[in-house]
Amino acid sequence: MSTRSLIAALLLALPAAAAESPHLGEPITEADIASWNLDIAPDGAGLPAGRGAAAQGEAIYTEKCAVCHGFDGVGTPADALVGDQKLLATPKGVKTVGSYWPYATIIFDYTRRAMPLNNPQTLTNDEVYALTAYILKLNGIIGDKDVMNAKSLPRVKMPNRDGFTQIYPGNLK
Amino acid sequence: MANRKEPGTDLEPAAGNGLLHRRVFLGAGAMAGVLGAAGMAHAEPLTVPEWVTKPGKRPLPYTQPSPFEGKVQRTIPDQNPLYEPGSAAGRTPHQFLEGMVTPNGLHFEVTHNGVPDIDPDKHLLVIHGLVKRPLKFTVNSLLRYPLTSRFHFVECAGNSGALYGANPVKGTVQQLHGLLSGAEWTGVMLSTLLDEAGIDPKAQWLLAEGGDATGLTRSIPLAKAMDDVMIALYQNGERIRPNNGYPMRLLVPGFQGNMNIKWLRRIRLTEGPMQTRYETSRYSLLLADGKAAQYKLQLDAKSFITRPSPGYQMQGAGLYEISGLAWSGNGTVKQVEVSADGGKSWALAALSGPVLPKMLTRFRAPWKWDGGPAVLQSRVTDDTGYVQPTRDALLLARGAKAQYHFNGITTFQVAAGGEVSHVYA
Ligand code: HEC
Repeated sequence: MSTRSLIAALLLALPAAAAESPHLGEPITEADIASWNLDIAPDGAGLPAGRGAAAQGEAIYTEKCAVCHGFDGVGTPADALVGDQKLLATPKGVKTVGSYWPYATIIFDYTRRAMPLNNPQTLTNDEVYALTAYILKLNGIIGDKDVMNAKSLPRVKMPNRDGFTQIYPGNLK
Repeated sequence: MANRKEPGTDLEPAAGNGLLHRRVFLGAGAMAGVLGAAGMAHAEPLTVPEWVTKPGKRPLPYTQPSPFEGKVQRTIPDQNPLYEPGSAAGRTPHQFLEGMVTPNGLHFEVTHNGVPDIDPDKHLLVIHGLVKRPLKFTVNSLLRYPLTSRFHFVECAGNSGALYGANPVKGTVQQLHGLLSGAEWTGVMLSTLLDEAGIDPKAQWLLAEGGDATGLTRSIPLAKAMDDVMIALYQNGERIRPNNGYPMRLLVPGFQGNMNIKWLRRIRLTEGPMQTRYETSRYSLLLADGKAAQYKLQLDAKSFITRPSPGYQMQGAGLYEISGLAWSGNGTVKQVEVSADGGKSWALAALSGPVLPKMLTRFRAPWKWDGGPAVLQSRVTDDTGYVQPTRDALLLARGAKAQYHFNGITTFQVAAGGEVSHVYA
């Protein structure tokens, strides 16, 4: 082999080697992933069956959440879960579910996967719907009797829904 | 030796208040001349230390730093004692470190509900969603893939956030900028696994999830994933430690640290971003007009001086080396300038190679301190032409409530007595 063709062969070999893969992934079905897949999209995709309203939520909240988020969601030691949009305009720019969050579905997604902090992923879907309803009610976004389920939750319009601008793939000035 | 003048007298000034030409570092001879002359002291017989008179300790299976380096620790603020561990941070002590690589035991971390002890034999990575073949991978199978090694920094988007505040920080660079580290990462390129699963043309983003008690989820653009995202298994040659994601973490070079999902267990291809709590409630920038900038993912170029920095005590007038770190999430450091007069004049610093994309670059500049007050700054320019802004310019553009992505110039004041503190220019 001439030097030139040897170099050409080496150049060709490099990217090919990098792309080579032993293909060791094993097939799995979405049904088998379901116990891990707790994602809720902003349009409600992924929301499970179940339902709950603020009254049930208040009882669960007082028992399982108030120790960290304060009674009625006022906060301390952990984040306040209540506060209206005027808080964003204060010098500190206080961000809460009520003042900042663009989608109500995030409350369900995050509470179900990560709360209560000392016992995550122990709440039933009904409990998560009820807690979500209670947090929304505390923020004056829904009423006392409004039932949250897979249909109603994505329809809740959050006060700061239009407060976000997507930067990617651009950048801030 | 040709150089027999008083130390420093032959050094060429490069900017105001004692900054010298970086050539001092480029020609080893000149520096040796300076240091040799400075090191000359009155004669005194050397004592014989006790450790040459008896054998030392036996080697350890896994070594630790010298006991005399006990101050070199990550800071773990004693926050939220009621619900320990909760969310907690360990910050890198950059004031004590040199070079561009952070030792594994000092790499920063932010955890949101403690560090899990994951058994690698029971850990799985799942790829699903908008793919042709949903797949699962064991840790052992990933270790058989072609591995890639790359140097990259990881920086929390909240790093330096205190500098948006009204008052300078009474603390070291560890408190100011410690949510930043750099390492060599080795792992499997994510694109290899996505190709194996087969990407559905509808997919534009993916959601990555951690397998800890937070189940942290972040949306990542698919274009980025196919470009340079890695599933990292090794850090600086050894397997990633539990607090940094053992048995595997995502490495998303140059993007918000929070996206570098630790304890990675699931990747789901999606059409759009999933609007998770960590990309809405957190890691979005509340700007002056009341709107929030969301999915501002790239970490723009930034630099700061590590020595002299707060906590360092100058030891009298004379020649010092200013040392610091510069990096850019958008590319490679092109140049770093330093100032000793609060930004009135600038001198080019020497870059200590290798200078790598999306990695920390060590810079150094010689400085002849006259013993009087001085105001030190550094300013990086990256290869996109972006110049690190002043703090004032950043606050003017964003307001003071942006909280994340602070990358303005950091200013340290050296007082006449040699004490160093953080100030606003
Ligand atoms: C042991 C303390 C603790 C308990 C109990 C607890 N939380 Fe939390 N919660 C936290 C902490 C700490 C965070 C912030 C975590 C972080 O940022 O990493 C948090 C965050 C949240 C957030 C997001 C707040 C924001 O502004 O982003 C919501 C919503 C929430 N918790 C709901 C609940 C609900 C509902 C319960 C009861 C089922 C609950 N929490 C119980 C400690 C707790």
